[in-house]
Amino acid sequence: MSTTTVAHHDDHAEHPTGIMRWLTTTNHKDIGTMYLTFSLIMFFVGGAMILGIRAELFQPGLQLINPEFFNQLIGVHALIMIFAALMPAATGFANWMIPLQIGAPDMALPRLNNWGFWLLPPSAILLTLPFTLAMFGIGDGALATGWTFYPPLSVQGGIGVDFAIFAVHLLGVSSVLGSINIIVTLFNMRAPGMTLMKMPLFAWGWLITAFLLVATIPVLAGAVTMLLTDRHFGTHFFDAAGGGDPVMFQHLFWFFGHPEVYILLLPVWGFIPQILETFSRKPMYGYKAQVYSFWAIGALSVVVWAHHFFTSGMPVPALLYFMYSTMAISLPLAVMFFCWIKTMWKGSMSFETPMLFTVGWIILFGIGGLTGLVLADVAADAQYHNSYFVVAHFHYTLFAGGIMGIMAGVYFWLPKMTGHMYNEKLGKVHFWLTAISFNLTFIPQFFLGLAGMPRRIPDYALQFAEFNMISSVAAFVLGLSQLLFVYNIVTCIKGGKKATDQVWEGAQGLEWTLPSPPPYHSFTEQPTVK
Amino acid sequence: MRGFTKISLALSAMLVSVTAHADYAWNFPEPVTPMALDTLHVHNKFMLISMAIFFVVLAIMIYSIFAHRKSKNFKPVKDHAPSTATEIFWTLIPFVILLLIDFVIMGIPAYHSVVMMEDTRDKATMVVKVTGSQWRWQYEYMDGDAKGIKFVSNLSTPKEQTDKGYEGKKDEQYLLEVDNRLVLPVGEKVRILMTATDVMHNWWVPQFGSSRLAVPGFLRETWVQVDKAGTYRGQCKELCGKGHGYMPVVVDAVPMEEYKAWVVAKKEEMAKASAGADKEWTKDELVAEGKGVYEKNCAVCHQITGAGLPPAFPALTGSKVATGPIFDADGKYLKDGHLDRVLNGIRVMPGWKALLNDTEIAAVITYERNALGNSVGDVLQPAQVKAARQ
Repeated sequence: MSTTTVAHHDDHAEHPTGIMRWLTTTNHKDIGTMYLTFSLIMFFVGGAMILGIRAELFQPGLQLINPEFFNQLIGVHALIMIFAALMPAATGFANWMIPLQIGAPDMALPRLNNWGFWLLPPSAILLTLPFTLAMFGIGDGALATGWTFYPPLSVQGGIGVDFAIFAVHLLGVSSVLGSINIIVTLFNMRAPGMTLMKMPLFAWGWLITAFLLVATIPVLAGAVTMLLTDRHFGTHFFDAAGGGDPVMFQHLFWFFGHPEVYILLLPVWGFIPQILETFSRKPMYGYKAQVYSFWAIGALSVVVWAHHFFTSGMPVPALLYFMYSTMAISLPLAVMFFCWIKTMWKGSMSFETPMLFTVGWIILFGIGGLTGLVLADVAADAQYHNSYFVVAHFHYTLFAGGIMGIMAGVYFWLPKMTGHMYNEKLGKVHFWLTAISFNLTFIPQFFLGLAGMPRRIPDYALQFAEFNMISSVAAFVLGLSQLLFVYNIVTCIKGGKKATDQVWEGAQGLEWTLPSPPPYHSFTEQPTVK
Repeated sequence: MRGFTKISLALSAMLVSVTAHADYAWNFPEPVTPMALDTLHVHNKFMLISMAIFFVVLAIMIYSIFAHRKSKNFKPVKDHAPSTATEIFWTLIPFVILLLIDFVIMGIPAYHSVVMMEDTRDKATMVVKVTGSQWRWQYEYMDGDAKGIKFVSNLSTPKEQTDKGYEGKKDEQYLLEVDNRLVLPVGEKVRILMTATDVMHNWWVPQFGSSRLAVPGFLRETWVQVDKAGTYRGQCKELCGKGHGYMPVVVDAVPMEEYKAWVVAKKEEMAKASAGADKEWTKDELVAEGKGVYEKNCAVCHQITGAGLPPAFPALTGSKVATGPIFDADGKYLKDGHLDRVLNGIRVMPGWKALLNDTEIAAVITYERNALGNSVGDVLQPAQVKAARQ
């Protein structure tokens, strides 16, 4: 009798069912699944918003939405995509995969983990609620300042700004909790023999991301709180009339905002080499070089923030410093590109969907990186700044570099998570549709920017008409192609060909030693790493 | 089907425009200032370097993708870290190339460009102050013969064209035309002081290659030296609220003699307007004048009918402010009265003190009280506004 109880206790397999399972769960896989599901849903919410924008921009003149609503859509689209789609996707992967990859039974702080996730849905509601309230005549809609909250526009704005400020607070708390959990897990729960420099690269990427989040999210939280007191309690942090400075907000915001870019990308840079080594059937090249590059980028990312607002006015030495330090980021990044390509070189490659997404990702992220380099040039930046050139640039880094990377990860790990293979043919169609329509959406935007179209305008001059039309049509193709992604995921969860434990022929690492799907409680016996 | 026709039209139009305006569709518009020329050179040079890097790396990848495949039975080799001196040398080469591109090929010219861009005073022969307001630009000439010239520049694309659902023909310069253009002499270095009255704006003409944030409460500066006569158009580049897409910049660059003639004419026009402020106006004259002022400046928010867009922008029809008393018993204007509101603004509403002259303010207030469904019946004279300013 007592033996069975002990055994039963050991595998922790008992858990409530139905909704209570998900509300109360402290299991890293359940929480990871919730993060990923939430991210997918919000990806479509944010996507629907931007399709509204692209429909309006299909031709000159106002057809569908008025300028006030337009301004709300652009800002909320960005906040949702960054905080509610990309970041939760990366955190979802971290929850699912970090314990499996380092041979731990679960995350170090499971209850905190649960709380970290359940802060997200309320903040997503806070962010979008003002839209609904406005329909009932309460307030004038959501945040209409763009995702950057720049005062004095945000001081002037309606209740949407307050809602967004509180949403950012909650999202920030959630991110910091998730980060603390990951740091503690990685430092304390690695399998015996797994030194830090033997840790899978994905774990390394997340470790740097977690430190960046802990360092910068409080600055953002502070900045938006100062904004809140400026709005309601008569302070003048950002009001020149009271001795404040609106540009100070930009410094505070981008002190968070620039590292945020790497916060979104580092986890992806972590698992991309793992996908490359799997499908090239040879170990990744330059593991140490990549880890050191992560450190270098992590360090540089917190000292280059002002390149986001060169045109706001700064002393010449400051301009020069931020220009040269920004250029320096290209060095560690180039090392990583070198390692990625060297991993592929003389491998034995096959091109299943994850590999297709990875190769496409390297090329498109490369475009994002190279256009970023010329943006660092202060004098030229006066021209690119706030034009569609910048919009195209950061979608190459965040859609191609972020979301397409996440998609590679989904296809890579989905068979491990569900125990079923997804539909390979459909996956490939999804890749080609996404890659082609993505380029057709954003290449025209580079030219729009050069021709002089500012971003965030609801209506435009006639000379911009053709490129906008192409961009809008392609954006709809891009948006609709993502339905294939959802269909593929759903059918894969429901059934399909059984996946083996290793799933992919060339897969390396502890997560592939467990059954697919892994048991509810991973690693009943601690693995050792030689 | 209609959409499909439009798309194919757009695609063919694009193909045509490749040949017709090759210089304009694919790159910066023709530069007319030293800054814009410099920017174009930096951009072209860097795009060439970027594309060279991109295509070389892409070619290596594509070669590898086709050569090193499992389906061709390519056996993976075993990598080893660079160990001999030659190997380390080869690994470091890309690194050195990048260092060279970043900090020499691009870095050194970039230094000179920054210094040139920030040198707003050296050899500058005149100063113009540009003030951004929701959603118009105000220009003021600060020195020389033109000192004291000051005017507001509003979007002049007809309102019905920018309205939602307008299907008719649009002006050639749709959204890029203003009532009063900034006039600058060709070949002179003009120091531009930039500020704003409410939120941040950014004064940007693509062909000038300079842009600088206009921050309320601060003066920022930049400069332009237009080397070619012509009309140049641009837009506000910093999100500034619902009218952000509707505050264009139009600059006429003219030869010096023409500029001087313009200064003389503009001064005469201003003297006339100021004389108008001293005469006694009838109600009808003021209402007629006020209608124009209202529709240009106020209708964006309060709407052409005076219905407003509550809750953000209150209605003027029947409003307490627009139908209540203007002055108290001592003849001083009431706080939160009609004149106070127009002169000084409140919350989102800008103060118009600096943007409109006495006649315009008197006219618009008289109009609001006796039109838009209001019929208070009283008249505000420009002289009263002038007195109230003191």
